[in-house]
Parts: sequence; structure tokens; C-alpha cells
Amino acid sequence: MEVTLRIRRFNPEKDKKAYWGEYVLKDCGPTNRVLELLHRVKWEQDGTLTLRRSCAQGICGSDAMRIDGRNRLACKVLLLEYGDVEKIKIQIEPILGLPVIKDMVNDTPAPVNSEGAPRERLQSIADRERFDDTTKCILCACCTTSCPSFWANGQYVGPAAIVQAHRFIFDTRDQALQERLDIMADADSVWRCRTVYNCTPACPRGIQVTRAIGEVKLAILKGGR
Amino acid sequence: MQTHQFDCLIVGAGGAGLMAALHASKGTKTAVLSKLYPTRSHTGAALGGIGAALGNLEEDRWEWHAFDTIKGGDYLTDQDAADILAREAIDAVIDLEHMGLPFDRTEDGKISQRRFGGHTNNETGKPVRRACHAADRTGHMILQTLYQQCIKNNVNFFDEFHVVDLIKNGDRYAGVAAINIDTGELHLFQGKAIIFATGGWGKVWEVTSNAHSLTGDGAAICFRRGVPMEDMEFYQFHPTGLYPTGFLITEAVRGEGGVLLNGRGERFMEKYAPKIKDLASRDVVSRAIYTELKEGNGIKGQRYVHLDVTPATVNRYLAEAGETRRIDEHFIESKLAETVDQGRTYAGVDPVREPMPIQPTAHYAMGGIPTNNDGSVIADAQNTPIPGLYAAGECACVSVHGANRLGTNSLVDLVVFGRRAGIHANDYVKQAEFVPLPPDAGKEIEAELKRIRISSGKTRPAILRARMQTTMMDNVGVFREKPNMEKALDTLRELKESFKKDLTVDDRGSRFNTDVLEAWELGCLLDIAEVTAISALNRQESRGGHARDDFPKRDDVNWLKHTLAHLQPDGQITIDYKPVVILKYQPKERVY
Repeated sequence: MEVTLRIRRFNPEKDKKAYWGEYVLKDCGPTNRVLELLHRVKWEQDGTLTLRRSCAQGICGSDAMRIDGRNRLACKVLLLEYGDVEKIKIQIEPILGLPVIKDMVNDTPAPVNSEGAPRERLQSIADRERFDDTTKCILCACCTTSCPSFWANGQYVGPAAIVQAHRFIFDTRDQALQERLDIMADADSVWRCRTVYNCTPACPRGIQVTRAIGEVKLAILKGGR
Repeated sequence: MQTHQFDCLIVGAGGAGLMAALHASKGTKTAVLSKLYPTRSHTGAALGGIGAALGNLEEDRWEWHAFDTIKGGDYLTDQDAADILAREAIDAVIDLEHMGLPFDRTEDGKISQRRFGGHTNNETGKPVRRACHAADRTGHMILQTLYQQCIKNNVNFFDEFHVVDLIKNGDRYAGVAAINIDTGELHLFQGKAIIFATGGWGKVWEVTSNAHSLTGDGAAICFRRGVPMEDMEFYQFHPTGLYPTGFLITEAVRGEGGVLLNGRGERFMEKYAPKIKDLASRDVVSRAIYTELKEGNGIKGQRYVHLDVTPATVNRYLAEAGETRRIDEHFIESKLAETVDQGRTYAGVDPVREPMPIQPTAHYAMGGIPTNNDGSVIADAQNTPIPGLYAAGECACVSVHGANRLGTNSLVDLVVFGRRAGIHANDYVKQAEFVPLPPDAGKEIEAELKRIRISSGKTRPAILRARMQTTMMDNVGVFREKPNMEKALDTLRELKESFKKDLTVDDRGSRFNTDVLEAWELGCLLDIAEVTAISALNRQESRGGHARDDFPKRDDVNWLKHTLAHLQPDGQITIDYKPVVILKYQPKERVY
């Protein structure tokens, strides 16, 4: 099949503003991933196309971009999604809400982290399960940059930071519960979430992001996990 | 050029680099430089577990872990290093738990453990539950936890600073040169101690589990600046790469009961390793798969076999083995969540319901920058340490993995030897002086990067890279023989010539110029590929991950020794040897 990539291009050393570039790739197959197609453009047609990528298997979180209007990891989008057709057109742009350095490369703020012999400390299977979902986060920023509250107000810590906080707040071993809840109760924190739900489908790891945010809100109201 | 000064410089921010950083930074000025954001490092892709003889589910001893490591390494493992690895693994895992790593739990709340290839109860020879795990994203959790701890402890990070050279002043190492990827500016970093923790070089081969970023930069830089490379012929092909991408399917799939089946539906590992079957060492299983494929036993005549972890199949073989344990779909979904997702996303296969297509995939470098047990880089066969230079993790060769690494031991290596390198460097910088930067520091690499940026030949880096990857896959892969390796060397030299004389890139700018940096990385890959092929051609025996059709037997009389490859000033590579440390275990035939 033939794929046309419509890519939002911007080179700070040449361009006053961003523009759309189109690249046609022949002989694509259904198991080709968008990342491979971007590599084909870069390696065969235009080496100036710039993007971050590393593992190419959905675990490092480097290649978050907006593909046909949705935040995705380019390495996790296969052409099969587009069905069995001869010609496909895919639109690719950088994630929104963060300054663009060059092409798909955003100026990503260092991810917000709220942190956290004898034998190991004991923890029941149920207590471990309580925060399993949020341990999956790879800090790719797909959730935060799909959030209208974040677009409107860059001071908002955003869903990714709350997911990180959730991972510790609901870990029974953690000793800074109240401190974390206080940070999360700040005006630019969890209450900026208006449950738009954009973050949940944007997560390439399948984390129930909005649910986690809701659980943090509840914990603040209850004053505990 | 901007100049920075730190007591300790750490190059690479995966598990080994971050572990080293936590310890090196205590009371010193330490900086971590990484060409990626730290959490993008490939430690995050390690899946199944970290081995430690905690004995939480059944009897286990660290001495057994040490022996399994030595046997797994086909007796090329230095036995003092294996003892350290196995003993300190226990502390390291407890340490990680206290840092907050969310391990899975047993019924009584302890860290849960599972089986992994080559890890056995030494008395019965049966597989033992030794791999501590957080679902099948153990590496991800190690990386996240260590990064969180580094942030908490105010470690200095230079993210997206690509280290491209090691700066020498006479015989001494004074610092590193790094490109700020965002601006394209070259910075000089002076350091009393430099720790390389840059990972492996899977991108030398066509089919690999490795990230695009694993281009062997750290090893290549050291090699070019006078450091020998140890045991480069020993490169591990992991048996279960997803077909056709080569992405890793964790050994935990077999640890939980999954089996390998050929095109005739036979569980062929029963022939090759009657005792522990699918859980034999990785080199053994990869060769078995290649042999099956050669005999026409692939699935539907294709170049892959099946890995089957569906409950029906697993339970059938558990029953046959007389085990009472049974698994269901929920078990697979939760214990192997990443694997299930990968199968569904990348192969269109649902591992819960159908077998996965798999092929061996280039996975892990046993060889690399030679170090002693403190992480100090050594200069020669007499183990003379180089003051201030350290290496840890996959880029280093302690040698704890010998000729073949056991599953889970890469994560153990990171935390145990990353910590040792960090602690030792911390001691060192407290009494050492800075080596002055020479007046021409960074000039040579600046000129080389400029040469690439303005090159106007005819060959794109991607073309050279693809040719290198196929020639290495075909000729310096799972099975090797002299004429093929000679052919590979000829090709590599031709490619290196094109790289020097006929390269072209499109991006002539400064900012975020990944076109130039990818080309520079290709230069590293070509150097690494060459020293790998030369070391492989030189070793006339089969041992662990190095299997020669023309020398099919292990030869302890002539080859029970480590290879050290040296780059001479004229560009020639010469080889000498270093003895293997043998303590308790005399080499025996390796049977699984």
C-alpha cells in the first residue's frame, strides 16, 4: 500500500513558522508502524526530519506525537488500524501545549516526580494491587498534552504528575502521605482537572488516568488513602 | 566551548548509571550525562525479573546462583565476580525494595519470585524460583525507582547531552566532550572520575531487541582512546524475539510454563536439554531454534517457531511433569501483561489464546570495556587499573557473564556493579586531583562532527547501516565459520571506507541535528562490529554465545582465557589474553 505522511515541519534555524510537508512512501505493509514510516522518510528522503525515539516498542515514551488528531506513541500505531486499503494519508504533528524545538521535538519539562539491610518490608497482594495501574507510567506526556485544562493553563501540574503521585499515595509503604496530599490539594494541582477524560484514551499504557485523578481527589477529601 | 567541572562524571542514565550516581554523588559534585532523558533508557525494557537467592518461595542459596552464573557463562566467568554478583544481589534487591520498588508479592507479603532459564537448585538440578519481579516490567520499575531516588537526592542531570569523546592528557583521562543536542554546541566536562554506563550495541545486527539508541558509543569512545575491549566475540542472541520485529518476548513466559513448539507441534527442547528443557541457557535454546529452522521444522516452512503460553498448553505440560500448579487466562494477563500487549500490538497475536511467532534476536553484549570487581577499567592483561576511569552495566565486562549471560543477571549486574563503581569512584575523587584539560581538548571530535555535517558524498548513513546489519546477522550471528567472518570483515572495511570518504547527510544545521548524530553513531557501530568480527574469527572454539561450525567443541586447553582486543595507533587491531579466575569450580561439560 501507499502511505502519504502529512507532517508538521518546523526548523528553528530556517523557518519563521511551521508548515506542512508531504511525503509519499510506497510498498508499505499492514504491520509497518508509523515510527518506521517516519524513519523511512528520514533515512531515504529527508534527513532533516527530526524526532525523538529510542526503544521502538512502547516502553521508553520518547515518540509521543499527535497522529491524526490523537496523542499516540508512533511506535505503537500500526497501519492495520487504517484497514485494508490501497492508499492511506496520515497527519502527524507534535504534541500540543509545549513549545516546539524542531519538527516533532517539544521542549519537554523534566517530568514531575514526587518520590518516595534487613529484609524487605511486607506488603499484601491486595495492597500491592491497589497502585499497580499507575506504576505503568512511562512519562511520555501523552496524557498531559491532551488535556484542555493544561492547554489553558500551563501552571497546572497535569495528569502525568498526578499519576506519579497516585503511585505513591496508594503505596502502603510510603511515609509521606500527608505531604503528598497537601501538594495535590494545591490550587494548580488536582482540582484543575475537569474530568474531560482526554487523558485516559491518550495513555499508550492503558492506565485509567482519570480514575486515578479521581482517587487522589477522594483521598484529599478523606484525608487519607 | 563551554567547560564544566565535576568530581565525578557519569555517562549514561540507565540502571547502572543511576545506581552509580546515587552512590558517587554522596558528598561530591557529580553529573550524569545522557543522550536521552534518563527514563527513556533501555533498562526500562527489561521485563522478567532480577535474580537474587532470597528463597522466598523455596530453598535457595547465593552459592547456587553463583554456580549457575559460572555454568551459564560456560566457565569463562570470573568466579570471584560471580560470587560478588550472587551474594550482593540479595542486598541490592532488598535495597531496591526499600527505595520503593513495587515488587509483586507472595501470599505472606514477601517479594514474589519466579523461574528463569539456567537458575537451578544445584542439588536437584531443577529450576528454582529466583527472579524477583514487578509484573513483567521489572526493568521499568528499577529505572523509575532509581530516577525518583536521584531526583530526591538532587543528582545533577545533563539530559540530551550526547557524549562523543573521551579527553586524554598524555596517558591520563581528564574528562569527556558532549554535544548539547538542543543547541548543537560542544561542551567539555572535566572530571576526576568518569564512569561509563552506556549500555550495549544491538544495532550492529539486523534483528535485535535493542533500542535505536544502543549504538555502543561508550565502548567505541573508550576503544578509540586506548582502552582494550574484552571478549567481544561473546554476544547473546535471545531465543525469543517476536517475529519479524525482533522485540523481546521475556524468558518469564517460559518461566511461567510457556513452551517452544516447532512446525510439527513438537516440544523440541526435550531433545536438546532433557533436564530443564525450555529453561536451558539462552545460547543453548537459540542454537536449538536455528537447528530446527535449518532442518525445515519452522512453522509452515517459515523462519520462526512458536512460543505457546496458552493455559491449555501450559497446563497439559504441567500435568505431564507431575506438577499440581495450573494457570488460567487471568494469570497470563496479569503476570505477563507487557508480553500480552506486545503480542497483540506488534504481531496481531493474542498470547492468551494462541502461540506467538518467535525467532532469535540480538540481545546482549557479554563483552565490553574490561573492569575489575570495583568497576575500575583495566588497561592490560595484568589487570592494571586506569586511574579515574570506570565502567558498569552492559558496556562493561567484569567478567561476570563469561561466554553467555543468564536471564535476570543483567539487572543484577547493573545494580551490583553500578553500586560498586559508584562507591569506588566516590572514594577515589575524595583523594584525587583533576587532570588538566589539554589546550586542544575537543578539537578532534569537533572537526569530525563538522566533517560529517558538511559531507557531500553519495551514500546515506542508512544504507551503510543496513549493509552492516545484514552482513553481521548472516556472518557473525548465532553460528559462525571462518570464510563467512572473513567476508564480513571485508564488507565492514569497505563500509568504513565509504563512511570516511563517501558519506552524505541532509541536515546541515546545529539545533537537534539527529541526522549528524545518527551518522556519528554509525561510526561507533562500525568500529564495534569490526572488533567483534576480529575477536570472533580469532577464537577457534565454541563456547557459550560463540558457536563455530568449524570448531564445534569447547577447548579448555587452548581457549579458557579472555580475549583483549587493542586498537593500535595505525588502526590495526591486535589481540592478547587474560586468564580466567577459577576458584571452586573446575570447568565441566555443560549439560542442561
